[in-house]
Amino acid sequence: MGAKVVTVTSGKGGVGKTTTTANIAAALAAAGHRVVCIDADIGLRNLDLVMGLENRIVYDLVDVVEGRCKLRQAMIKDKRVPNLYLIPAAQTRDKTAISPEDMIEVTAQLRRDNDWILIDSPAGIEGGFRNALAPADIVLIVTNPEVSAVRDADRIIGLVEAEEKDPPKLILNRVKPDMVRRGEMLKAEDVLEVLAIELIGVVPEDEQVLTASNRGTPLALDGRSRAGRAFQAIARRLMGEQVPLEEFAAEDGFLRRLSRKVRTGGQPA
Amino acid sequence: MLKSPPVTTMGSSLALKGIGDGLLVTVPDGDWHVVWPSLLQAIDERADFFRGARLVLQVADRDLGAAELGGLRDELQEREVALAAILSSSAGTRSAGANLGLALEIPRPELGEDGEREPVRFELEGDQAVLIERTLRSGQKVRHPGHVVVLGDVNPGAEVIAGGNVVVWGKLRGVVHAGATGNERSVVCALDLTPTQLRIGSHISVSPERKGNPRPEKAYVKDGNLVAEAWKTS
Ligand SMILES: Nc1ncnc2c1ncn2[C@@H]1O[C@H](COP(=O)(O)OP(=O)(O)O)[C@@H](O)[C@H]1O
Ligand SMILES: [Mg+2]
Repeated sequence: MGAKVVTVTSGKGGVGKTTTTANIAAALAAAGHRVVCIDADIGLRNLDLVMGLENRIVYDLVDVVEGRCKLRQAMIKDKRVPNLYLIPAAQTRDKTAISPEDMIEVTAQLRRDNDWILIDSPAGIEGGFRNALAPADIVLIVTNPEVSAVRDADRIIGLVEAEEKDPPKLILNRVKPDMVRRGEMLKAEDVLEVLAIELIGVVPEDEQVLTASNRGTPLALDGRSRAGRAFQAIARRLMGEQVPLEEFAAEDGFLRRLSRKVRTGGQPA
Repeated sequence: MLKSPPVTTMGSSLALKGIGDGLLVTVPDGDWHVVWPSLLQAIDERADFFRGARLVLQVADRDLGAAELGGLRDELQEREVALAAILSSSAGTRSAGANLGLALEIPRPELGEDGEREPVRFELEGDQAVLIERTLRSGQKVRHPGHVVVLGDVNPGAEVIAGGNVVVWGKLRGVVHAGATGNERSVVCALDLTPTQLRIGSHISVSPERKGNPRPEKAYVKDGNLVAEAWKTS
């Protein structure tokens, strides 16, 4: 069978791709799966920071592609969870160092011995977006509940569709339940109205995301924070479990209508 | 090559075909000094439709030098029309085009740093009408000299520019321009008609806030005003 390749991307930067990649990867590995993360955000590398592995980088993705090291040598083993590895991005400014074919080849080598390969992608407006997309079996689009972020996400969904991939799945990050309740923030329902793709998770705004990133310990490793639990739930949905959407994400009747919406919403054949 | 009957909504005729966001113009035979000005005139008569378009010129075996092609590109640029490609079997024309950095076949834009994107491909293509069996997403644009039918939504940030009618079997939220080559009798229909901006011919309107449930509506020009009413088949 081999691994599934999951590419995490977005329309614009700063919406939470790296946070999402690190947390879903940690949750999948904590569930006993073999996981490799690839930081494909060349030049803006920071997945290693969020995972707390920066000080152990010797080789990076470009070294692998250019044959300066073996794939195995560039894989950094996580400190806390077994079966979790990171292939860091290069700090180079040369974004042409890697091609879509390179990404397909690197992931092909990893597929056999792993369950999941998670790719932290640059935002869709960046050149490297296509590299990250090329090997993807599943594309996760991260967006925030803001009109402009949703508009950018829509563009990127169009690009993914143009590559003839399966319809991407949506993660709505940094939702503030209080504001949603007061009608001051876009609801998941409003976002899905426009994007019409499957919603795979809603993550609340949570201060602990930042403290965890600074410490280099993904939140999803302990389920005490709300955001951590939300990321765990996304990992479980990826593994095929039926996990109901978080309480805070729902408006009246929303949960009931969600499943129907998801089914009718996706791509017309 | 692709052939289409001339679009003859008004004034000079023009052999025109929509290719996603781009337009393919087949330049007729005859003396260049006659053909070219009449082509420009035909474009000027449909300025709204052409503004912002990427043009592919089919000139068959016509021999054009760098000066002619360069001049042509500049004149188009003044009209906010980009000359993207020149299609020709003449070696001279092809090398002049290549020197100017023009594509020599219908370009398929790569998605690059500037967010340029793949053109929307029509599912069903014709000279009179095209059918698009999907949702048009933000940034996607369709330009066609005939009618456009979308089986899906037209999302905010997407755009449809048609010489004829526009029918959307879904939510119309983006920008739509029907009758863009001047036909004020064109209509726009949608199951949920709440476009960011709606234009028919030279008329423009923005949607009022929706009251109540969405219903199928048809917009058209009545006594010089843009109006929308329930879409009935009778
Ligand atoms: N759910 C959240 N709650 C609070 N802060 C968040 C959340 N998700 C992301 N952030 C913060 O937003 C910033 C950008 O996140 P990051 O994952 O680096 O985005 P990207 O990789 O898309 O550029 C970081 O400072 C991160 O800590
Ligand atoms: Mg990032």
